[in-house]
Amino acid sequence: MFIAALVVASAVGIVLGLAINWFPAQGSSIAHRIDTFWDVLLIISVPIAVIVLGTVIFAIARWRVRPGEENLDGPPTHGSTRLEIIWTAIPTLIIAGLCAYATILLLDIQEAPAKNARVVKVTGQQFAWSFEMNEGGKKIASNVLYVPVGEQVTFKVRSKDVIHDFWVPEWRLKIDAVPGITTSYSITPIKTGSFQIVCAELCGLGHAYMRQRVIVVSPAQYEAWVRRVSQAAAPAAPAGSGGTQTASVDPKQLFVAGKPDTGALACGSCHVLKAAGTSGAVGPNLDTSLASDDRAAQIKEMIVAPNKEIVKGYGPNIMPANYGQTLTAQEIDALSAYIDQSVHGGK
Amino acid sequence: MAAKLRTPGWYRAGLFILIGIAFSFSLLCFLRWIFGADPVYDGEGILQIALLTVPLWFLGGLGCFTYWLRWAGGNKVVDDHKDHGATSWKDYFKVNTDHKVIGIQYIVVAFFFMFVGGLMAMLVRAELASPGRQFVDANTYNGLFSVHASILIFLFVIPVFAGIANYVLPLMIGAPDMAFPRLNALSFWMLPTAGIMFMLSFLVPGGPFSTGWTAYAPLSVDAPIGQTFFTIGVQFAGASSIATALNFLVTIITMRAPGMTFFRMPLLVWANFSTSLLVVIATPFVAASQFMVLLDRALGFNFFDFGNGGDVLMYQHVFWFYSHPAVYIMMLPGFGIVSEILATKSRKPVFGYRMMAFSLLAIVVLGFTVWAHHMFVSGMQDWIRIPMMISTAIIAIPTGIKIFSWLGTMWRGVLTMDGPMLWAVGFITMFTLGGISGVMLAMVPLDIHVSDTYFIVAHIHYVLFGGSLFTIFAGIYYWFPKMTGRMLNERLSRLHFWLTFVAFNVTFAPMHLIGVQGMPRRVSDYAQQFAGWNMAISIASFVLGLSTLIFLYNVIVSWRSGPRAEGNPWRALTIEWQVSSPPPVFNFDAIPSVVGGPYEYGVPGAVHAVMAGGPAEPVPVAAGLVSSGGPGDHHEDEA
Repeated sequence: MFIAALVVASAVGIVLGLAINWFPAQGSSIAHRIDTFWDVLLIISVPIAVIVLGTVIFAIARWRVRPGEENLDGPPTHGSTRLEIIWTAIPTLIIAGLCAYATILLLDIQEAPAKNARVVKVTGQQFAWSFEMNEGGKKIASNVLYVPVGEQVTFKVRSKDVIHDFWVPEWRLKIDAVPGITTSYSITPIKTGSFQIVCAELCGLGHAYMRQRVIVVSPAQYEAWVRRVSQAAAPAAPAGSGGTQTASVDPKQLFVAGKPDTGALACGSCHVLKAAGTSGAVGPNLDTSLASDDRAAQIKEMIVAPNKEIVKGYGPNIMPANYGQTLTAQEIDALSAYIDQSVHGGK
Repeated sequence: MAAKLRTPGWYRAGLFILIGIAFSFSLLCFLRWIFGADPVYDGEGILQIALLTVPLWFLGGLGCFTYWLRWAGGNKVVDDHKDHGATSWKDYFKVNTDHKVIGIQYIVVAFFFMFVGGLMAMLVRAELASPGRQFVDANTYNGLFSVHASILIFLFVIPVFAGIANYVLPLMIGAPDMAFPRLNALSFWMLPTAGIMFMLSFLVPGGPFSTGWTAYAPLSVDAPIGQTFFTIGVQFAGASSIATALNFLVTIITMRAPGMTFFRMPLLVWANFSTSLLVVIATPFVAASQFMVLLDRALGFNFFDFGNGGDVLMYQHVFWFYSHPAVYIMMLPGFGIVSEILATKSRKPVFGYRMMAFSLLAIVVLGFTVWAHHMFVSGMQDWIRIPMMISTAIIAIPTGIKIFSWLGTMWRGVLTMDGPMLWAVGFITMFTLGGISGVMLAMVPLDIHVSDTYFIVAHIHYVLFGGSLFTIFAGIYYWFPKMTGRMLNERLSRLHFWLTFVAFNVTFAPMHLIGVQGMPRRVSDYAQQFAGWNMAISIASFVLGLSTLIFLYNVIVSWRSGPRAEGNPWRALTIEWQVSSPPPVFNFDAIPSVVGGPYEYGVPGAVHAVMAGGPAEPVPVAAGLVSSGGPGDHHEDEA
């Protein structure tokens, strides 16, 4: 009866566990194998949890002290060698099986990439990612990661300052970006679309906002993108405007919300600016810290090269130094003029 | 007044703090002047020296070193026990050598910090209730979760176990006190120092330390000055921990009552023996990791500066070589507590006693072989991953033995489901869930996806909250009558348990899901798709926070005016229950003699210890030796 109840509860638990939609979409060729591994772990775990919980509930219901039993003792059982061997041996077998499974899977994940696999250099810095690839002998730098679907790609991950972590949940793999060494992993994207790149290692003030986009496209679209960015006049020209050059720029919108497509963080998440209604306290208050001779041109300099001049009481390397890449020249001009206008009121 | 400033105590401690600040100021200015630095004054430098030295001045002023310094100076010292025992509440604010006073000092201070750390968790959850910014900025948010974790690990879970063991363990082994009572007092007084340092970090420019309790380099090396409060605070918490562990080891090895062989020791004693081994071996590593960060920060040693020959990954290896065993430091004492309660409340011997003891030792040994499982995605050499996965998974086996043996203890018992037992049983269920997610995390292919996500947050709270904290509550409910001489209110105890149990699961269970779905941890803002769950989690967490107030109320009211407790309200066999509640100042009129195992419930005529008629002086027995001089009298006499 008790055993039957445990079996039924385990079955119900497994069905419920498998019914939950645990993972994000399967975006890489390895994803479904990790998801299957999870299902196996779930199928093994649920009965173990059910045995422990079920035994506790059963014991309490069955042997809870009844009136008149307050001074009784239980039977003086000191142990059972047979039982102890069983509950050492069975977990050992389960562990051995799981370790074997995980080892095989891990070796497949770690398998060296094919010789002709595309290599993308990923560089992390507070608080943005940048990407560099080599297409047809030409170096392409970008703040949005473009990869063609169905083709293996190896990421060589580095960091300029502190530890970050390069993670696309749909791909299931992540690796730390460690200053001083290059780490890597290879995947084959199998799903087109735009996915979030998440920094998974605490990297400082802007960690929560260190989010960018990977865009997985068909090989033909990828080639078109490569052609377009390599034809762009200067290599320094911002490649990360998401492909569309908007004619009109709304600087207040930029200030408050940033430009998530290219990884430009919102100014307002760190700076107070009354005109924009922001109250971030990470960086200096723009209403009070800008001198009367800090006009649009100076403000532009501060946005592009934030480490040149630092307000007293604040440290270097806190403000992202990549606005020159994540925003277009037009946007930076508009933003500088907007801040100047807001602080100095056009005087 | 002058006399007050000369005699050890709070007035002198205050004076010494001022002297310490002046000392730090002049030392730094003198050194900078010698080396020709300009300007001679440097605020951060003074602060760093002050954080290192002022606590020592404070401890000196309070009188922690008085006896040793007199002795070292060739002065006459008397062992008059004048700092031993408490007759008024004021004695709890002094340097006291009584292990029972120190135990209560530890527990009360630790619970104070539990409420502080818990409050920070409430603020964290309030910020996370919905996406976007609610009311703290990113810097404060990072500080809140960093200080939350540091306080609850270093100022609550580790020391509260030391406190419970301080009170109970000498009584359990029939010893009049700990082996080194003055060291014991020093260990305690280093603790609030560390806690106050953590809290003070909120007041300095740049905000509190905000690099997580893991303080990974190089982020911690470049962080504002608040980081130093963690770096140095950990040294004091760690020193306290090491000194206490040494004290426990010596006490357990040399001060057991005659007849108490290692295999007649209660499992709480075994658990603290194992824990102390872990602390003594592992804790110096966390001290080293933080000293290296300090040297990098203050003096430019470049241990972790990759541009100057430093090695970034080395920090993580040194840090986790302590901090993984630390997980067991925070769990093994709880295993001991639960074993005591389950045997007493099931009226049955602990099932498989020897395997319970051996599995503790197995966890100690294996605990040192698994640290790099925290680093599966750190970029360390790939080959380390598989061996560390296997050793991690193997730890599930001794842990499983313990869980099944507890179930075996309950089986066919006579179960009293009161306050202590509810927490002990609640622990078994919740810790099993935490253990299962632990095995999942050991599996590298899955860990690569879920590490640094909310799945980890769920796992550590199932083992540290559902595991450690549940056993702490169990232990407090179990020994409260012994410590205070008063009984707790049973209805409030049950209410506290059920409210916590339900709110705990609603808070932390969904975190498994949002973690697997892709929500990273340590973020003040998150994607819209996680908004629903986070709101639910935040609401549940506030209920969880409120449930601790029931505990607080119950403890305060019962301590003041609860019904008087008898010496042995649970009819337990271990020695601490054979003396009055609370026990006499020196614990025993005569040292008891141990004649049998500690859990012989249901064995007709079985006796664990004979309280009177034993030898008057403690006679140490060597490990593993059965005392030959057991008295023939096998009746349990009144103490």
